[in-house]
Amino acid sequence: MSATLTIALSKGRIFKETLPLLAAAAIVPADDPETSRKLILDTNQPDVKLVIIRATDVPTYVQYGAADLGVAGKDVLLEHGGEGLYEPLDLNIARCRLMVAGDPNHRPRLSRPRIATKYVNTTRRWFADRGRQVEVIKLYGSMELAPLVGLADYIVDVVDTGNTLKANGLAPLEHIADISSRLIVNKAAMKMKHARIKAIMARMAAAVGV
Amino acid sequence: MTAEDRWLLPEGIEEILPPAAGRMERLRRELLDLYESWGYELVIPPLIEFLESLLTGAGNDLELQTFKLTDQLSGRMMGVRADMTPQVARIDAHLLKRSGPVRLCYMGTVLRTRADGFGGSRSPYQAGVELYGHRGHESDLEVLMLMLETLQAVGIGAVHLDLGHVAVFRALIRQAGLDREREGLLFEALQRKALPEIRQQLAVWALPMPCEQALLALAELNGGPEVLDEADLRLAAAGEDVRDALATLRRLMAALLRRWPELPVHIDLAELRGYHYHTGVLFAAYAPGQGQAVAQGGRYDEIAQVFGRARPATGFSTDLATLLRLAPAAAVTAHGIYAPSVEDAALERRVAKLRNRGERVIRALPGAEAVPETLGCDRLLVRRDGEWDVLPLPTRSAHE
Repeated sequence: MSATLTIALSKGRIFKETLPLLAAAAIVPADDPETSRKLILDTNQPDVKLVIIRATDVPTYVQYGAADLGVAGKDVLLEHGGEGLYEPLDLNIARCRLMVAGDPNHRPRLSRPRIATKYVNTTRRWFADRGRQVEVIKLYGSMELAPLVGLADYIVDVVDTGNTLKANGLAPLEHIADISSRLIVNKAAMKMKHARIKAIMARMAAAVGV
Repeated sequence: MTAEDRWLLPEGIEEILPPAAGRMERLRRELLDLYESWGYELVIPPLIEFLESLLTGAGNDLELQTFKLTDQLSGRMMGVRADMTPQVARIDAHLLKRSGPVRLCYMGTVLRTRADGFGGSRSPYQAGVELYGHRGHESDLEVLMLMLETLQAVGIGAVHLDLGHVAVFRALIRQAGLDREREGLLFEALQRKALPEIRQQLAVWALPMPCEQALLALAELNGGPEVLDEADLRLAAAGEDVRDALATLRRLMAALLRRWPELPVHIDLAELRGYHYHTGVLFAAYAPGQGQAVAQGGRYDEIAQVFGRARPATGFSTDLATLLRLAPAAAVTAHGIYAPSVEDAALERRVAKLRNRGERVIRALPGAEAVPETLGCDRLLVRRDGEWDVLPLPTRSAHE
């Protein structure tokens, strides 16, 4: 953690929706990650860099100080546990819901329903909190397929429009959490670079309208 | 385990090889001398003891971190120490029983079931000091300064200090009349400075306005020393405990800055590390390039209660392996004398004399002549006119 300020972002929706907020803090990337092959992007500020990584890796980079700041979905933070991080600002972007979904007419044959998800920890915790014992099956994508082929009884996934579910004869059943992206901060960076980080936070907060 | 991976160590279990091991040992000695010069006496607590004594008071946070096994002799559960602080507190409260301030230091390997933090070591080499029997900020200051001196001795520059005080949060919780469950929720959210969640939670609980304002302010009261002034304003309605805590921090910071005027100090009133046993000032040192604290400590006045004698206490601890990783690489200079494998009484005497003087002398072994440079030697013992002389190594050409 040198004098450079490193911000971790993931490609796609989060990157696109974070850009205006970064611009409010006078940070503009020099390249577009969708077209550039660079993993570290320069910005208009010589001492601010962006690293473009997978969404689920953002909390890890920030926790260990490989990046000072990051933008991560609440779904990813819930799964990560948020240990060793500050998450002081809700950016109100990339909004969706974390849901249990499945075929509404399906009745599980086993006493322990099988749940397919990439949110293993969140799922286990949420069902345990409600006194329900489930079998969690970790998948990396295409959750909707699991109930169709009998791999799982239900899935836990983020739902935006619900169109993918509907197209596959599934429906959202139970609401786990509302999801939006948070600004996350490495603890040591917050203490050592507080003036710069708080200034960026304040300008982003103003842009979000908190 | 197959034959191929028999060399493999468990995850997070480290061994230290030359030359790092030598540096670590030199650092250990240097720090022991430093603590000695401040009047801190060394204690060597046992590697393993009964679980109850390891986990009492301070220890409850440590339960998950402690490796446990059954004692074959007594049938009781034993634990391998995951933190030496409770052991040292037990020694002060139960064994030493001295009145007045007691200064103790310790160093040793601790074992943790899970690696905490980056680097992922489960076997840190813990070093620390504890000062018992004094309640004022002066003892916190002494321990804090010793922590800074420790980092300076290692050569870690640009240290940032983080200061907090657990009594602020504790007093605000009491004032708001929050039960354990709500306290836990708020504590957890404050650890993440998750302002959106804190706001939402407080709105649901509908606390009296001043309480809500104060608890909300807590998550934002972090930054440079000016935060203390801001806290005076925003926590003005809070009780005497909060004012006392803020005054203590102010005195501590002023005294510290008199001695270390260049030190960057960060105040964080929502820092609650070790909340369950800390009772007063909290401090931690951060170094550039390290995403986590490199040394930390604070006041924990009640911990020795379970050993029959509550004593005011303050201390800090650090991990020498982490410090060593952060230390600037020392220039390695070859120092050593290579002696031939000749049976000769005069040579024996000369070698013994040189070693006595603190020289490093390596004897050649017959049939295994080595290149002196690879053994870190810069000189040779050579017989000239019946005398054994120490001569510099002949310079070799680049081709050899």
